[in-house]
Amino acid sequence: MWRRSASFILDRTSNPSSPPMANNTTTQTPFQNPDAISAYYQTRAAHHHGVITSDWLAQAQAAVEQPPDDEDSSVSDHGNYEKSFDVIDEFNGWRKQPDLAEAVAAIRALAAVIRASEATTMMELEIELKKASDTLKSWDKTSISLTAGCDLFIRYVTRTSALEYEDFNSAKSRLLERAEKFGEISCKARKIIAMLSQDFIFDGCTILVHGLSRVVLEVLKTAAQNNKLFRVLCTEGRPDGTGVLLSNELSKLDIPVKLLLDSAVAYSMDEVDMVFVGADGVVESGGIINMMGTYQIALVAHSMNKPVYVAAESYKFARLYPLDQKDMAPALRPIEFGVKIPAKVEVERSARDYTPPQYLTLLFTDLGVLSPSVVSDELIQLYL
Amino acid sequence: MESRRNPRAVVDPKVRQVGFFTSSQPDSTHQPDPIASESHPVVSRNSLSPVMIPPPRHNSSDTFPLRAASAVSPSSFSYSTRRDFPDGSTTAASPGRVSRGSFSKPSSSSLPGVGMDSMAAAKSSSVPASGLTTVSVVVNMPPGLSEKESDQKKNSKPLKEKTTKAERRALQEAQRAAKAAAKAEGGKAPLVSSGSVASTNVKAAKPAKPSSQKNDVAVAAAAGPSEKKGGQTEKDRKKDAPHPRMQYDDESRVVKAKRRAVVKQTEAKNRVELFRHLPQYEHGTQLPDLETKFFQLDPMHPAVYKVGLQYLSGDISGGNARCIAMLQAFQEVVKDYSTPSEKTLNRDMTAKISSYVSFLIECRPLSVSMGNAIRFVKNRIAKLPITLSESEAKAALQSDIERFINEKIIMADTVIVKHAVTKIRDGDVLLTYGSPTAVEMVLLHAHELGKKFRVLVVDSRPKLEGQLLLRRLIKRGINCTYTHINAISYIMHEVTKVFLGASSVLSNGTVYSRVGTACVAMVASAFRVPVLVCCEAYKFHERVQLDSICSNELGDPNAISKVHGREDINYLDGLTNNANLQFLNLMYDATPSDYISMIITDYGMVPPTSVPVIVREYQKEHMLV
Repeated sequence: MWRRSASFILDRTSNPSSPPMANNTTTQTPFQNPDAISAYYQTRAAHHHGVITSDWLAQAQAAVEQPPDDEDSSVSDHGNYEKSFDVIDEFNGWRKQPDLAEAVAAIRALAAVIRASEATTMMELEIELKKASDTLKSWDKTSISLTAGCDLFIRYVTRTSALEYEDFNSAKSRLLERAEKFGEISCKARKIIAMLSQDFIFDGCTILVHGLSRVVLEVLKTAAQNNKLFRVLCTEGRPDGTGVLLSNELSKLDIPVKLLLDSAVAYSMDEVDMVFVGADGVVESGGIINMMGTYQIALVAHSMNKPVYVAAESYKFARLYPLDQKDMAPALRPIEFGVKIPAKVEVERSARDYTPPQYLTLLFTDLGVLSPSVVSDELIQLYL
Repeated sequence: MESRRNPRAVVDPKVRQVGFFTSSQPDSTHQPDPIASESHPVVSRNSLSPVMIPPPRHNSSDTFPLRAASAVSPSSFSYSTRRDFPDGSTTAASPGRVSRGSFSKPSSSSLPGVGMDSMAAAKSSSVPASGLTTVSVVVNMPPGLSEKESDQKKNSKPLKEKTTKAERRALQEAQRAAKAAAKAEGGKAPLVSSGSVASTNVKAAKPAKPSSQKNDVAVAAAAGPSEKKGGQTEKDRKKDAPHPRMQYDDESRVVKAKRRAVVKQTEAKNRVELFRHLPQYEHGTQLPDLETKFFQLDPMHPAVYKVGLQYLSGDISGGNARCIAMLQAFQEVVKDYSTPSEKTLNRDMTAKISSYVSFLIECRPLSVSMGNAIRFVKNRIAKLPITLSESEAKAALQSDIERFINEKIIMADTVIVKHAVTKIRDGDVLLTYGSPTAVEMVLLHAHELGKKFRVLVVDSRPKLEGQLLLRRLIKRGINCTYTHINAISYIMHEVTKVFLGASSVLSNGTVYSRVGTACVAMVASAFRVPVLVCCEAYKFHERVQLDSICSNELGDPNAISKVHGREDINYLDGLTNNANLQFLNLMYDATPSDYISMIITDYGMVPPTSVPVIVREYQKEHMLV
């Protein structure tokens, strides 16, 4: 798996039967997730089980440069009747890159579908894309950024294809171009967000971080590179143990880190100047869906008048509108307590919660620094 | 309230001068309600129905009771004083200013004297406190008046030409006032028949009014002369904003409108001062009169007449129903229309539609949905290419109207239902208030889909609309509970979601809906129950309203005083004409956006803060579509 070799993608394409992930059965049944356990969170968990070091990350990235050609060849091998197969494979392939967000991986996979498509009219292509995107979405119903990313891409495509007067091939190539660009923008999104948030981190500040978001990590990295003096408090983040991983990373960057129990957040909130979280999805009301515990922290911060900043790329904007915590598709994950639990005892296994917009101060996105009510504006303009 | 007024008086001196002093007009209607006049500038900025043709109603009659006694002597004085003034008040740009001039003198010399004077007198007598204030203000005027007048002179040239018109009008009024004086001796003549008296007296009052009206971007009255009443700034503002609702304490405009009235409305007595800017009539008096006139309605189209009567009698109520009825009547109008010679279809039809709309307004004030629909129709008429033949144009218009009804109302409702049912889960307890059509559709559809939920219908007097909804739901087998609004905090703890309808949603996210909705939303939010408002996007409006006072509709006050079918508790029987008792039957209220969790429209589920985005992006589109 991860530990075996950084160039796992090469391994995978040459050896499709080898199980790429130890605890993930997805390759066997590419069309669904058998245990209804959120694959999204599983991946992240799997991610976290390994000791991910920045060197490893760099290696992985380097290895990632090559895949496109490999993917292409593998794609063309499969042929038409395995189109949907392709998408999932592609997607998984792209997903393996640790630094690549799920939505971007999905978009890249869809771009590959366009490339490999043998449709002759825009309509056909659109239908194919829609099917591929549906497959991707159904593969993991709980991942919001995946759904949002696919929807966004389809929207992009349909908007472009409104220009019917061009001949098909040029339209197709333009689509591909847009897809690539979209992928690129999404990759660069993190850098843009990091840049925007620099103004909010001042010397001597204390930042509370919850969950392991690559965007937030990027933000902190950039701040450290700009020689800002600040310290970070990170919550332990059970059951994923995100706190430990994050503190590993941060200590490498020579940022003073302090680990807190999840329950020690209110205790330490006094000395905190701001809270930084990422988001799994940003919903229409301006609230966010994120790792379990975010809502709690936002509530405490709000009652103590500390700003809560969310760093999220714009492809995470989803057309959902939860009214309360239970109004979302459930995303369960297994929780180990380390001791045996009696069978009769129920465990709350939800992996995420919803933070309403009134507890959030600002959203840092690649579209700029937004207030929560702007999310709906953007969504309306994009989707309607 | 006083303190609120003062700063505004300072903010815009040009407009203010006029308004402030005219509001001090010895008009009894004004005096007691300084807020109304004060609120004019604010209100006038509200752009409401774009089709604000001066309704014929005027509220002069409601001032009559108070003025009756004093009407006698003042009229004679007013006559004389007014005659004196035209010269002095040349600078006054409007009749209002003329009278203002006239005021100041008499007010200083002898209150009862001035034309508006009848008002002054009445005011000082009937409402001592405020009267005094006004008097004092007025008294202060004379020294300042000349300055003001000169100011006004400087301010806007257009006003000057108005002066001459005003002068002429003032003369006319004076002459009529003389005539009326004799009549007025007999005491308060029946309001309807004393139309002339009313108009003269009102015209007497007019001078005072117009200025106050003027300051509220007066404009609204579409009549030619009244249009000029506003100053330059008001003209500019008029261009930018749709016409504000007419303020019914603006006597001049009211009078003008009344002249064109088809429906003779009698002003209700005993009106609450705070709401004097809203029209209030005695209910039940117009219907027989109108019905007899059915065969003499030359200018009026029978379909429109029918719809108007249905509004008057309350047969058709509810934003969607009224709008659809009106649009279908307009379709009939278009079908039967033939362009008169030497007129273009566009202009003539627009004028016709405008006149029909003013009739409908006489019957019942327009709702926001109707206003938007009218704007759409006028827009389509204006956009008809000249090259089309008459039949083609008519066909195009009819199909446009048909499309509007289908797309914006009927299909919008299906989309709303589709979105809303996703929010209903098994085991839910849904609360609804009144009888909103959109919510009814949602509940019925959810029931069809097999969801297990129960409904709590909250109702209130005097309309008791919830009972209609209750019947329809029970017929379909939905488990319902029924209660009145005074029990709302008692039952709210078992409610999981609240579904409300809306007459309109304004740009700041405020929901303008049946009175009582704000209460329900507030209690729900206190109990942390999500409040979902179902409203079609064509009902959105770009105006902003901060309270339920500045723009509302007053219903029949008798409905509150009597409980239908319960003679034993009609304690207020003999008191309806008591001067100390005023009935207030509001029809709408404004719910702040903080209490609303989401708005379900045909554009999806959006937070209340996104309403201006939808207005901005899509109202233009639907105009052009």
